[in-house]
Amino acid sequence: MTIKNSFKKLPDEKGYFGSFGGRYVSETLMPLILEVEKEYEKIKNDKIFKEELNNYMETYIGRPSPLFFAERITKDLGGPKIYFKRDELNHTGAHKINNCMGQILLAKKMGKKRIIAETGAGQHGVATATVCALFGLPCIVYMGEKDIKRQSPNVFRMKLLGAEIRSVNTGSKSLKDAMNEALRDWVTNVIDTFYIIGTAAGPHPYPAMVRDFQSIIGEEVREQILKAEKKLPDLLMACIGGGSNALGLFHEFLDDKQIEMIAVEAAGHGIESGNHAASLSGGKPGILHGNKTYLLQSNDGQIDEAHSISAGLDYPGIGPEHSYLFEQKRVRYMSATDKEAIEAFQYCCNLEGIIPALEPSHALAVLKKIAKNYSKDKIVVMNMCGRGDKDIFTIAEELNIKL
Amino acid sequence: MSYRIRKTFEKKEKKLVTFTTGGDPDLDTSLKILNTIMNNGIDIIEIGMPFSDPMADGPTIQESSVRSIASGTKINDILEIVNKVRKINNEIPIILMGYYNSIFNMGVKSFASKCADAGVDGLIIVDLQPEEDSELYKEAKEKNIDLIRLITPTTDEERLKTILHNASGFLYYVTVTGITGQNSANVEHLKKSIMTIRSSTELPIVAGFGIKNRRDVEQISIFADGVVVGSSIVNIIKNNLNNKNKMITEIDKFTKDLKKGVKE
Repeated sequence: MTIKNSFKKLPDEKGYFGSFGGRYVSETLMPLILEVEKEYEKIKNDKIFKEELNNYMETYIGRPSPLFFAERITKDLGGPKIYFKRDELNHTGAHKINNCMGQILLAKKMGKKRIIAETGAGQHGVATATVCALFGLPCIVYMGEKDIKRQSPNVFRMKLLGAEIRSVNTGSKSLKDAMNEALRDWVTNVIDTFYIIGTAAGPHPYPAMVRDFQSIIGEEVREQILKAEKKLPDLLMACIGGGSNALGLFHEFLDDKQIEMIAVEAAGHGIESGNHAASLSGGKPGILHGNKTYLLQSNDGQIDEAHSISAGLDYPGIGPEHSYLFEQKRVRYMSATDKEAIEAFQYCCNLEGIIPALEPSHALAVLKKIAKNYSKDKIVVMNMCGRGDKDIFTIAEELNIKL
Repeated sequence: MSYRIRKTFEKKEKKLVTFTTGGDPDLDTSLKILNTIMNNGIDIIEIGMPFSDPMADGPTIQESSVRSIASGTKINDILEIVNKVRKINNEIPIILMGYYNSIFNMGVKSFASKCADAGVDGLIIVDLQPEEDSELYKEAKEKNIDLIRLITPTTDEERLKTILHNASGFLYYVTVTGITGQNSANVEHLKKSIMTIRSSTELPIVAGFGIKNRRDVEQISIFADGVVVGSSIVNIIKNNLNNKNKMITEIDKFTKDLKKGVKE
């Protein structure tokens, strides 16, 4: 593979990664979005802001998260040495809070008085509710009715943290529709409200900003793996819905061209079934939620409903940077079905004593399949981006176990 | 600039503009509704292209999109509606309103050609702002189709310059920060905003969002060049889905009343 230009320098000044990204929002939101960009550019290299953020990352979130050598899985698969980047050990149980902490500090700097967010699995909602409690700001979380049912532990956590949950019962009643409602709220309350978007998608500067706040994952991995192995990994793996945890891990290494990267989309009941959430494998470019990117859609340009057992991956789009990395072939995009993810979930519980979220279970499912193609001297780092406490009811139902 | 839009605004009276979603509740009824509206002297018709994820719309127009898509409406059918309207009325400006994915998906060039063939005069694309509209602008301009720009309460002086650059046809002033069919604007604030915009442009200014009835039309058409009523008509459709004759009668009554509110 030849890489002429740096992948790490994108997006361009208009918010494009190649032909993906941009700003496709209501005119009402434009002045505010331009202001978010301006303010973000100001703080992103500001020493005081960085110190403040790093302090919370360390003392509140618990960073750096460990890099763990998964010895029993490594042995069982008989291939490369497998490491887990343990972002599931972060406060609130997933990588989402890295981004929320960054965005709420920005919101505070901008003098915003009210925070809104969308959530699928509830991890981003919980993380947003958490930072809102920490800084004493009111928090409204939009969540699809279907997701409220399947992620009830997270719904209760958000309520305990003082957030107001607004149930969304339009369309697919999941993440896509929650995002529509959050955008409608934002356009209505544009003056005092900051929208904390949970993934590396939306209008520019969100895809870049969310990625930047998540990039600490890869930065830590570089340091940790060099310490543990005296060399860089050969393969990085992560699951993708919108794609923020994958970019968090990958971004630091995008220009290390010898490092292979695989991102795993949710294949639901299988790509051929049509019931899946694999926007790159089964979609085409279009415009939704503020950006141009790959989307699941009909021949007439109506957005399709996605399907995945994992509420966090159940979204018919993907962050625009992934669309670019896909077309540039810098990252390989594969997929795992609901069934494969559940198997990998159980496998991880049994062999490593880690209950993973259903989202990273998708990445592990693919890793299980491809490990045999890598020799024992190779090193793989997989992002364990969330813990599975929220998923136990879904798993019990799938396994026909009454709790 | 579209010939029909120019002609329409050459006449002095204030303009009444209606919005309905094409294909809501179905193609035939939708066309009947447009006929009824035109018979009542409405000056400009906006036809919504249904989209699965209309993020700028309130529940009323969201539901009308759902009904239209469920009845099988495709974007080509919307163009066919325009074709049919043109056979009856070759004067009235027709504006298509919608979201960019419908156009991008068809291909910008192909969409613009089809619009020109059908007799579309203007486009309002809710999620396409000056920063991103150069491709559509170019194709539309070649065909004398106006890309109608939106101005909102959050538009400041600098932003206004960006919006007015390349603006044509008329300007659409979004009266409230928010989605369609919700709050109504404070008339005094609205008047002030429109006066401010007027000092920077010669283009007619039409006000929309939150304009619900004859009284709103009366008050706002004093200072705006035109007013758009959408959700209130769509609500009549929603409330009479089981009785299409009554639906048409009610829309007929309502639009006649609206027209009486327009200031000469």
